[in-house]
Amino acid sequence: MNDNLFDIIIIGAGPAGLTASIYARRASKEVLVLEALSYGGQIINTLDIENYPANPNISGFELATKMYQQAKNLGAIFKFEKAIEIIDNNGIKEVKTTKHSYFAKAVIIATGSENRKLGLDAEDKLIGRGISYCATCDGNFYKDKIVGVVGGGNTAIEDTLYLAKLVKKVYLIHRRDSFRADNATIKKLKENNNIEIIYNSIVTKLLYDKKLTGIEVTNKLDQSVKNIELDGLFVAVGRIPENQNFASLINLDENGYVIAKEDCHTNYPGIFVAGDNRTKELRQLVTATSDGAMAATEAVKYLNTL
Amino acid sequence: MKIKEINEKNFKEEVLNSTLPVLVDFNADWCGPCQALKPILVGIAEERNDFKIVSVNVDDNDELASDYDVTSIPCLVVIKNGKEVNRSVGLRPKEAIIQLMEE
Repeated sequence: MNDNLFDIIIIGAGPAGLTASIYARRASKEVLVLEALSYGGQIINTLDIENYPANPNISGFELATKMYQQAKNLGAIFKFEKAIEIIDNNGIKEVKTTKHSYFAKAVIIATGSENRKLGLDAEDKLIGRGISYCATCDGNFYKDKIVGVVGGGNTAIEDTLYLAKLVKKVYLIHRRDSFRADNATIKKLKENNNIEIIYNSIVTKLLYDKKLTGIEVTNKLDQSVKNIELDGLFVAVGRIPENQNFASLINLDENGYVIAKEDCHTNYPGIFVAGDNRTKELRQLVTATSDGAMAATEAVKYLNTL
Repeated sequence: MKIKEINEKNFKEEVLNSTLPVLVDFNADWCGPCQALKPILVGIAEERNDFKIVSVNVDDNDELASDYDVTSIPCLVVIKNGKEVNRSVGLRPKEAIIQLMEE
């Protein structure tokens, strides 16, 4: 048998991909998991996973390691290569990575999502020099300093409350005039006297010499511009799905998510999707693992009909 | 194989005075991406002997972290002849780290 031929190729070793590999191996299928970075995906950034049943306060990395070991022990093959394209040759899917090509009759796309950036000049250059996308990772470096948080979703609010305990002052820059979070959380924001909320505003420029020194903020209502001096800026403006490499075969919605229902079938026969990169209501660890089980089960069913 | 832990006391001898270029991995125990990066660094260390790879725990060595303006971890700093020549922040694939060392 060709070493590069499998029953199922799973792209992405986050919770969705790892769960899919466990289910597929338990169905005795030959499974290859391709991962661009490291197993675990987004959850490795979380210090305490508090909402995954049976394991309160396990760290994201530890939970990911357990899932990875379980998949490996069941016989899933892992290659740390980035998948860049899927090509269909009469039902045999070729998954190209930056190094090799692999083949399978079924593919599960479980690529998850990445942090959305502000899209401002010098943003990439300032990552680690004042710009951060992870408050729980980097907050400790800003003790007694002044920081900003950009965003209005739950992550932005959680980041702001977390940072307020560590730093001298937090500016929360939100482009709307209200938050969607629950009232209790918003009350906490307003009660903190070292949090200043700047509504209806967007960050329009990063100010820096070698490091970030401040931001330019523009008010969307009256177009007024002001500069704020700060040491760190935490960007929490959402995530974007990583599906663009597969858009030639797979239908995506206007935000880039793979269009699929709970059965995880894409528009293309033999290609399935699992996890945060699928169109869905709730993107959580537990819904990602659920997708992994579903996609693998459907892929096995598909293989058995061939 | 394990990556050698360096502290404020031996940093000069192990890193600044090293004849080989050094890749310094600034990290912490509580940082998930740092833990995910470690096996990648071990893999590189096993393949390459023209580079030295060391680890600095930022909680135990906050002065070193502050000297090098480390504000996000994991942070990889390449030091040649005692001088910083390159750095990157966050979990990166093996190829990107090798490129960082070779640039």
